Amino acid sequence: MSNLLTRRKLITTGLAAAAGVAGLAVADRVANHYGLLPPDDGGVWGPGETLTYAAQRLLMAHHSMAREFNRSEISKAIPVSGEPPKDGPYAEMLADGFKNWRLPIDGMVARPASISVDELKRLPVRSQITHQACEEGWSFIAEWHGAQLWDVLSQVGVSAKARYVVVYAYDGSWDSLDLPDAYHPQTFLAYGLNGKDLPPPHGAPLRLRVARQLGYKSVKFLSRITLVDSLKNVGNERGSISPDYGYSWYAGI
Amino acid sequence: MADSTYIPEVAFQAANKAEAAPRYSLLVRITHWTFTLSFFGLVVSGIGIILAHPHFYWGETGNILTPPLFSLPLPTMLGGPSGWGRSLHFQSAWLAVLSGLLYVLSGVLSQHFRRELIPAASDLSWSSVRTCALDHLRFKRPDTSERYNVLQRLSYLGIVFVVFPFTILSGFAMSPSITSVFPWMVEFFGGHQSARTIHFFLANLLVLFVVVHITMVVLAGFVPRTMAMITGKSTARKEAR
Repeated sequence: MSNLLTRRKLITTGLAAAAGVAGLAVADRVANHYGLLPPDDGGVWGPGETLTYAAQRLLMAHHSMAREFNRSEISKAIPVSGEPPKDGPYAEMLADGFKNWRLPIDGMVARPASISVDELKRLPVRSQITHQACEEGWSFIAEWHGAQLWDVLSQVGVSAKARYVVVYAYDGSWDSLDLPDAYHPQTFLAYGLNGKDLPPPHGAPLRLRVARQLGYKSVKFLSRITLVDSLKNVGNERGSISPDYGYSWYAGI
Repeated sequence: MADSTYIPEVAFQAANKAEAAPRYSLLVRITHWTFTLSFFGLVVSGIGIILAHPHFYWGETGNILTPPLFSLPLPTMLGGPSGWGRSLHFQSAWLAVLSGLLYVLSGVLSQHFRRELIPAASDLSWSSVRTCALDHLRFKRPDTSERYNVLQRLSYLGIVFVVFPFTILSGFAMSPSITSVFPWMVEFFGGHQSARTIHFFLANLLVLFVVVHITMVVLAGFVPRTMAMITGKSTARKEAR
């Protein structure tokens, strides 16, 4: 009789294990199909990163908007993290007021282009007064002015196969956005801060502004934008320079 | 023929009855230890995150250019960037929340909360709570019954149904993506930095609970109590005799 019990237990355990493995494999394929796997889904922190990204992408399936504030709530002073590059092409462009600065947009687009700040300013001007929190824990509220990233991307005609927008910066940083964040109305190419041109320490002449993620996602000193269908052949293949420093690609937290 | 198919079931039930009913169910034991592991991860990573910026503020914003509510006596960015802290905190939080949900669900379905944790109305009187508290302060050994006393019941219920939910909520309140869907979560705490400060104090309360919990386990007999939470079998009655 105890034999019967053991056999039953064995069969049940075996079936459960097989179902578990099959379930995981199916879940992986389904998650990938619906864009629920972050590019840094491997390694020790992979399970946590994947659960957080997938859960938040499902939760924000509609375009949920980051909170916006009144002018009276704007922070009096904004701390700077990360100085502008002191030499190289950036320093030269800074010296002559970014007259020759242009932003190439290439990759999976119909009409690759190279855009100046003046051309960006001719697109509809958008403003947002939003809260930006740093990964370290501090935060501030500021008003940002710029063009909606999506307004810019629609000028160059994004291929239906593109899945990520990769951004590069003059300070050696680079990052990428998935399409839900690239299309989001609060995702800006920002050229202004609190009513003035973007100061160099805050990313002049142009920075990204991603309202629903931590500050480090809002890359400063932009140098190039490129559209790709996969991050597999881009840099460290984990979608951003951040994982090199121990930070997550997805910073929605 | 039909009868024979029932034999294993009967045998199984008989075997179960022969042994004393376990003190803790298998699910409670598993979730207790997965939760222990995740709580340890949350505390270690929480300290790692604080080391990057050991200053606390009130309201929406706070940074090195604004006066803090209070600061821990530590240098800023001690231990360097805390990316690992975030990753460990979130991975642990997932394990903690999933274990916690499983525990609460089983406690509700098995009526564990109703039968063993919700105090009887008569025990909630001031004198009964005071007697129990004074017994604790005098280190009077509790009676040998395995029923939880009124202070245990109140602290377990308070931790599970008040402190933990508010700790999770104040954590969500710091997420720009979650508050874009549920702005009330951060408004409830009076701003992003208020939520961060409250999260810190609630975490301290949880650590205090764990310290008291382990102290009580040591006083009650560390090895037999810990074995009970691993094997499910309690030896408390034998000890008492």
